[in-house]
Amino acid sequence: MSNGTLTTTGNFRSWFMDKLLMGMSWPEYSRTLITPFNIVAAIVLSIGIPVILIRFIYGLGAVTHASNEYPLGIILGWGLFGGVPLSATGFVMGTAYYIFGFRGYKPLVRLGILTGFLGYLFAVVYLLTDLGRPWRIYYPMIIGFGTTSVLFLIAWHVSTYLTVQLIEFSEAILEWLKSRRVYKWATMIVIGMTIAGIILSTLHQSALGAMFLLAPGKVHPLWFSSYIPHLFLSSSIYSALAMVIMVSTLIARFQRSAADNNFLGSLDRLTVGLGKGASVGIFVYFAMKLISIAHDDNWHLLFTSWGYWYLVELLGFVLLPGIVLAWGAKTGSAGIVRIGAFASVAGVILNRINVSVIAFNWQLPGHLHHIIPPWQEVAIVATIFTIHILIFRWIINRMPVVREHPDYREGH
Amino acid sequence: MDDIIRNPEGDNESEPQDKAIISRRKFLIGSAAVGSAALFGNCKTASAAKEFSGWPDRFGCLTDLTMCVGCRSCEKACNEANNMPEPDVPFDSASVFEQKRRPTAKALTVVNQYKNPKDENSFIYRKIQCNHCNEPACATACPVHAYEKTPEGAVLYDPEKCFGCRYCMVACPFYAPAYDYESALEPRIFKCVLCHDRIKAGGVPACAEACPVGAVTFGKREELIKVARKRITDKPDRYIDHIYGEYEAGGTSWMYISGVPFEQLDFPVDLPKKALVEETKGFLGAVPVVFAVWPALFGMIYTALRHRDEIEKGKSQSHEREEEKK
Repeated sequence: MSNGTLTTTGNFRSWFMDKLLMGMSWPEYSRTLITPFNIVAAIVLSIGIPVILIRFIYGLGAVTHASNEYPLGIILGWGLFGGVPLSATGFVMGTAYYIFGFRGYKPLVRLGILTGFLGYLFAVVYLLTDLGRPWRIYYPMIIGFGTTSVLFLIAWHVSTYLTVQLIEFSEAILEWLKSRRVYKWATMIVIGMTIAGIILSTLHQSALGAMFLLAPGKVHPLWFSSYIPHLFLSSSIYSALAMVIMVSTLIARFQRSAADNNFLGSLDRLTVGLGKGASVGIFVYFAMKLISIAHDDNWHLLFTSWGYWYLVELLGFVLLPGIVLAWGAKTGSAGIVRIGAFASVAGVILNRINVSVIAFNWQLPGHLHHIIPPWQEVAIVATIFTIHILIFRWIINRMPVVREHPDYREGH
Repeated sequence: MDDIIRNPEGDNESEPQDKAIISRRKFLIGSAAVGSAALFGNCKTASAAKEFSGWPDRFGCLTDLTMCVGCRSCEKACNEANNMPEPDVPFDSASVFEQKRRPTAKALTVVNQYKNPKDENSFIYRKIQCNHCNEPACATACPVHAYEKTPEGAVLYDPEKCFGCRYCMVACPFYAPAYDYESALEPRIFKCVLCHDRIKAGGVPACAEACPVGAVTFGKREELIKVARKRITDKPDRYIDHIYGEYEAGGTSWMYISGVPFEQLDFPVDLPKKALVEETKGFLGAVPVVFAVWPALFGMIYTALRHRDEIEKGKSQSHEREEEKK
């Protein structure tokens, strides 16, 4: 067994260089770190990390516009409400591959699971930044059971699902560490984990929308609908497909060396296939949006200033990407599908920020002032996002995610 | 191995043909584990659907907005009764009326001034504090059960449980809970407690006791509704025919009567008559269904598709064999 005891320093050193420095020595490795992206990342972190420290020393009031009327801001609007639907990638790809048997999408399954796992992990990081007392994050599990609360359900589900996704992704981690015994055990429970993932995901994706059911009147009626749980769930599914397209595109562009020919060679074909699925999903969502307006008979609201903003979202970031995706899928053009996918991802983020920040408290005086975040709040978001990308890249470079590990090629 | 979908209990001798693919038996064991976790989850969420028609004999207050003179005695009494910090502007100053205020982490009740639409030269004053809902949205929202509606009427908050998610502030239709954003280590919610300890000791909330003109009446909620109804009936010119809080958001312990429509005094008026807990009951009610149906549904799809694959594999193998024979 290759992961045997690492008793001697020499062994540890070679293990360290092999696993963490990707086979390079320290000087070699440090030299590879000086890239334009890393320089930008370093600048962002050097500004943002002190701001995060200020938040934990002087309280949220020092770095956000959060107020008694506006308890939620861009940190959760972007990180939790925007991040979670885009992290449905693990559940969507896992379901397609393991349950529905779309075997052709194998090169993208692990990527989907990693994107999902890190997405949830960082949704929790954003939450920890925003929570008043983050060290009490486990309280819903042990101290107080708010069983009537939708957020209680989300807390349980996100924490459980995070564990599920770690188990799903452990396949890749164990291959990286070459631990065959645990590896076998991990591959055995994958179907059970996938189905657990479906249950947990359908519930908490819709629960994030259901959170706002408690605030009728506070959310603008165009965004508030009794269908909001269904809208959140259905948009998470197509946005997950779009997210896989987006992330795989970025990897093929910027992390090419981490991918194998199997991934790169099949990417265009798979992108078109995912685009087809995403376009169906996005049109279903578009239809549901129309039904939700019709159900509440809110057509007249479309011709107000809020209505115009709503139409920007609905036509520009749902219908238009849907048409582009369908066009790309029809003509078999991966490039066109990618444009549609990027716009779909942006559209879901816009929708979640609209519901949780922009259309929330729309009727209060001075509303627009409150929803514009101060630079510190933006810096916090940018910092966490940068760390997210760095860790994602770190894993992609080391673990067999977009490439197959030679020893395990036929194993799964 | 033949290709029939078998009863899992009877499926003891089966070893999968292809070890790399998960056998049905293993899968079913896995889904049974998920299923039992699901049952456990059901019991918890199902308790969300209990009926609650409100504690009998609960207390409350009635603010008569036609009587309030804006002296801010209630603010002062509240500040002292709850050991709150010194105010930035003294309680005898009218300068605070220049802007509309709301309860904060430093003041659990505030009085705002409005021009009387009936008479330009006079003012109407509106006292704001937590309304102590019959079925509070804050308590519904709280994931750690830090809120409690007491049988005496007060909605109480426990900072020892709170982890600062502020979802109660999102949920409260009256914008009552205030948060201490300045504190890094011990941020908490501040809101009116209906002077719960005083009530339990047989007393009256500090603000009601301090009011020099009797604009705040304390009593059993049922009695207060009768008092309000009588005042409105006796002086129909003085009052509009609406007890605010009788039905708003499922009814509140703190109620108001007024001479002008409530929306002119910034009261939220587009609230549902039923308690806000009803809004999420349907969603939470669907949770057990998902837990029960999804494993069965997706498990079936998985098994059916695997079955089809096996049939096809069998076909192609026999086809190959035939070709070999030829």
